[in-house]
Amino acid sequence: MYELVLALAIGVLAACGTWLLLRPRSFQVVMGLSLLSYAVNLFIFCMGGLRSHAAPIVPAGPPPDPSLLADPLPQALVLTAIVISFAMTALLLVVLLAARGLAGTDHVDGREDER
Amino acid sequence: MLGPSLLPLLVALPVAGAIVALFFRVNARNAEAWLAATCSLVALALILGLYPQVSHGAVVRFAIDWMPALGLSFSLRMDGFAWMFSLLIAGIGFLVVLYARYYMSARDPLPRFFALFLAFMACMLGVVLAGNLIQFVMFWELTSLFSFLLIGYWHHNPAARQGARMALIVTSAGGLALFAGVLLLGRIVGSYDLDVVLDSGGLIRSSPLYVPAMMLIVVGALTKSAQFPFHFWLPHAMAAPTPVSAYLHSAAMVKLGVFLLARLWPALAGTDAWMATVGLAGLVTFVLGAFIAIFQQDLKGLLAYSTISHLGLITVLLGLNSPLAAVAAIFHMLNHATFKASLFMAAGIIEHETGARDIRRLSGLFNYMPITATAAIVAASAMAGVPLLNGFLSKEMFFAEALGVSGPLPFLDRALPWVAIGAGAFGVAYSLRFIIGAFFGPPPVGLPRTPHEPPRWMRFPIELLVLTCFVVGVVPNLTVRPLLDTAVRAVLGAATPPFELALWHGFNIPLAMSAGALAGGILLYRLLRGRLASGVDRVPLLPPVDGRIVFERSIDAARRGAPRLERWLGTRRLQPQLRWIVGVAIVAAAVPVLRHGWSPGTADAPVDAAGYDWLFALTWLIGGACALAAAIEAKFHRLAAVMLAGGAGLVTCITFVWFSAPDLALTQLLVEVVTTVLLLLGLRWLPKRVPFVPTWAGALAALPRRALDFALAAAVGGGLAALAYAAMTRPLADSISRFFVARAYSEGGGTNVVNVILVDFRGFDTLGEITVLAVAGVALYSLLRRFRPVPESATPPPQQRIHTPADAANDLRVPGVIMRLMFPVTALLALYLLMRGHNLPGGGFVAGLSLAIGFIVQYMAGGTRWLEARLDVRPIRWMAFGLLLAAATGAGAWLFAHPFLTSHVLHLRLPWLGELELASAFLFDVGIFALVLGATLLMLIALAHQSLRGDRQQRSL
Repeated sequence: MYELVLALAIGVLAACGTWLLLRPRSFQVVMGLSLLSYAVNLFIFCMGGLRSHAAPIVPAGPPPDPSLLADPLPQALVLTAIVISFAMTALLLVVLLAARGLAGTDHVDGREDER
Repeated sequence: MLGPSLLPLLVALPVAGAIVALFFRVNARNAEAWLAATCSLVALALILGLYPQVSHGAVVRFAIDWMPALGLSFSLRMDGFAWMFSLLIAGIGFLVVLYARYYMSARDPLPRFFALFLAFMACMLGVVLAGNLIQFVMFWELTSLFSFLLIGYWHHNPAARQGARMALIVTSAGGLALFAGVLLLGRIVGSYDLDVVLDSGGLIRSSPLYVPAMMLIVVGALTKSAQFPFHFWLPHAMAAPTPVSAYLHSAAMVKLGVFLLARLWPALAGTDAWMATVGLAGLVTFVLGAFIAIFQQDLKGLLAYSTISHLGLITVLLGLNSPLAAVAAIFHMLNHATFKASLFMAAGIIEHETGARDIRRLSGLFNYMPITATAAIVAASAMAGVPLLNGFLSKEMFFAEALGVSGPLPFLDRALPWVAIGAGAFGVAYSLRFIIGAFFGPPPVGLPRTPHEPPRWMRFPIELLVLTCFVVGVVPNLTVRPLLDTAVRAVLGAATPPFELALWHGFNIPLAMSAGALAGGILLYRLLRGRLASGVDRVPLLPPVDGRIVFERSIDAARRGAPRLERWLGTRRLQPQLRWIVGVAIVAAAVPVLRHGWSPGTADAPVDAAGYDWLFALTWLIGGACALAAAIEAKFHRLAAVMLAGGAGLVTCITFVWFSAPDLALTQLLVEVVTTVLLLLGLRWLPKRVPFVPTWAGALAALPRRALDFALAAAVGGGLAALAYAAMTRPLADSISRFFVARAYSEGGGTNVVNVILVDFRGFDTLGEITVLAVAGVALYSLLRRFRPVPESATPPPQQRIHTPADAANDLRVPGVIMRLMFPVTALLALYLLMRGHNLPGGGFVAGLSLAIGFIVQYMAGGTRWLEARLDVRPIRWMAFGLLLAAATGAGAWLFAHPFLTSHVLHLRLPWLGELELASAFLFDVGIFALVLGATLLMLIALAHQSLRGDRQQRSL
């Protein structure tokens, strides 16, 4: 049940993110990347399996059975990914703002569609 | 033995000379010539000194490792054949240098000329001495490049530029074909080593890849040696200075093609396919080149076509699949180099002393320059195949071979002797044209200069070469025989046939053929004299289409076609590009699923909180709704979209808490805060919403585009969900995580495994990641320094006019005080999170973000000006400090002779604090903390400052 819910959640986040990524307005693209990064972070995280009450904190002393703890590796990967995705969102936002300042439009191509 | 170490010296010497040549004065003609002559003379001496070592079929080898993992070594090898070519390259190179000293004007930029010349010589030696095929191709391409630079030496002349470009495109395209062929050959044999390849002839010829490999290599050889249908570039290369023509286009570069064919003869020749391609291409070139040469008006043009024809002759000989013909080919390479180089130099002297080289304007020069004329006449006679000269000997061998051919087409076998006589007659005719046109007849009129003999040493190279022609022609066995024996045995090995070189073989058919060709040529010249004298500049009987026109048309078509192709295939629009990226990603992910099928796993994952799954589902109902709503509102209501996306982020954060990831939850929560602040700061600079009027027509027009995007989004979402579900319902694979959990405390000195991974086990990755963060921060800052908002956004938004900053300060009077009081608390919290990070949830990332939020809150409470007047926030210093500290901590391990980023745990017993474990990784974490703090602040503050700047501009207006 948990697995199903989380899988659906990842699917919804990824679909919303992809949809926004393909939109013409720069703000939509920023939001899309943000949603997509939630989806991807959760996806990587869930590759370590789902466990409750098992934070990867070991006692000071002889190491415990690793199978009793949540997988620390995806967590370490996702932690830096969260911070980096913030930096990328910020950079993209500023690029788009600067592009708007130069082109006078917030269309991703720097000019409105011919349509 | 000294031999092997001399080989690299031989190649390096001209390279060194070329570099030195660049540093001379522009008009240092004598110094340059001395340098180049010394280089080539020393090279010549080295080569001569190596003769005893190669003369008995031995091979001198030199090799050093180049890419041992790929089985490649930089190897040089000299056998008899390579020795003969090295002799030509260095010997004729020396003579041409001597000649160029007088030919080149002191006004020409001579350092460039001699540097290029010497570099070219080095590349030539590199090709002929190459011990493996990859290296061979490399040097081969370099000769194309230097020939381009040398042909285009007078780059103010458009013809030179065009000729150089044409030569480069044709020969380097051939070089690419050769490279492909060599790679195939290496695949067949399993080695690129020349010795191995030459020994594997049987294996190569029986391979299914033989025909493509052979064809590609032959294309490379034909382009380089200007063979039909690629012959057209050589006449255009005559725009080069004459020393270049004499060297590159008679003795050296154009010989490389036939050198290659002869070099690989034992490996590739002997099949009908070889005969059909090499033999036929050579035959067509032989006849065609000779015929066209008759009708040239330019002395150098005539020589160029005659070179094409003679190279064609060599190619035919190599294509006949007979060892004796190969001997004749090698002999003719030597002979052609001697007489053609001297003829080119003679043509250059005529041009130099008269200012013209058009045969229609030249006449009767014999009386003005008798010595040069005599030498040129002898060389031209050698070219025509007159007895007593070297050209006669190799041509006789060709005639003898032409009689005994047995190829796949009997008709061609029978025709070959007649074709040979015909082409021989053409050769006699154009040689006569060269001699009579330039040196006989009435005295010339209207020449730019009065002709006279050239300086003594300018004539010397020609005299020496002509003397060689004569001596070889009269006493071949005493002069050229040992040399030729050595070269031939190196190529043919055990298959070397017995052959004899003699002026007189008695009355036989080849002699009759020679006589026929001579008589026919004289007759042809007499018949054509009227037409040639009329000055028509066109070749009769041939269609006006040749390779040059095809070449230029295709270059033009490429130039026009490329933009069209770009318009058709490329786009500057972002959306189609992103659609392609997403589409390709979907296909790439779908392929393995389609091949292996998809099924949900059966394992019950060990979730210990069973019973609350409805609560979890409810949470994600909210999260999913937030995401969907954000996707819709991003177009219509940006503020709402930011808040809704924040909702989805919070639910993500809850998920991390739920499934035992406290560090992630903390980070996610804090990043959520700074992202929201960031987006809110950015909203100010986006355009106002366009009032949205839905129309049926607009919706209908956008329908296909939206349907496609929806399908892509649904595929991504559905695919990712299916993948995640399948992965989560399977038992976990055994991963490296076990190692991390087991060693976290004992070796990393921390109990929080995630943090130990970040700062210790995978510390180098983290260093990279914080560097990315720093780069992103600096990039953003620099972009904003040049930021110019659109005019409509430059004025403060209407909300600020209704609700002035003074109003805002009033609103925040009470909360502002609380916010200020919270600052020390926030700082303390950040410090706490940092200190405990190694053992409990927290760490540098989280602490940095917390303190950054503390600063941001102060900005909100007091406004930018108020805060910055009281607190010196220096984000870039924080960043620099953090990055340096992290790197220095890593480098500190070097002091103890450990690898970069090795950590050390210090156990301390302190009063009051009790037992303390201080890992060096903690310092690294402090670095992360400072950098994350600095980068986050830099991004937010830089963006916030834009509003101030906008206000300033407003005030100044």
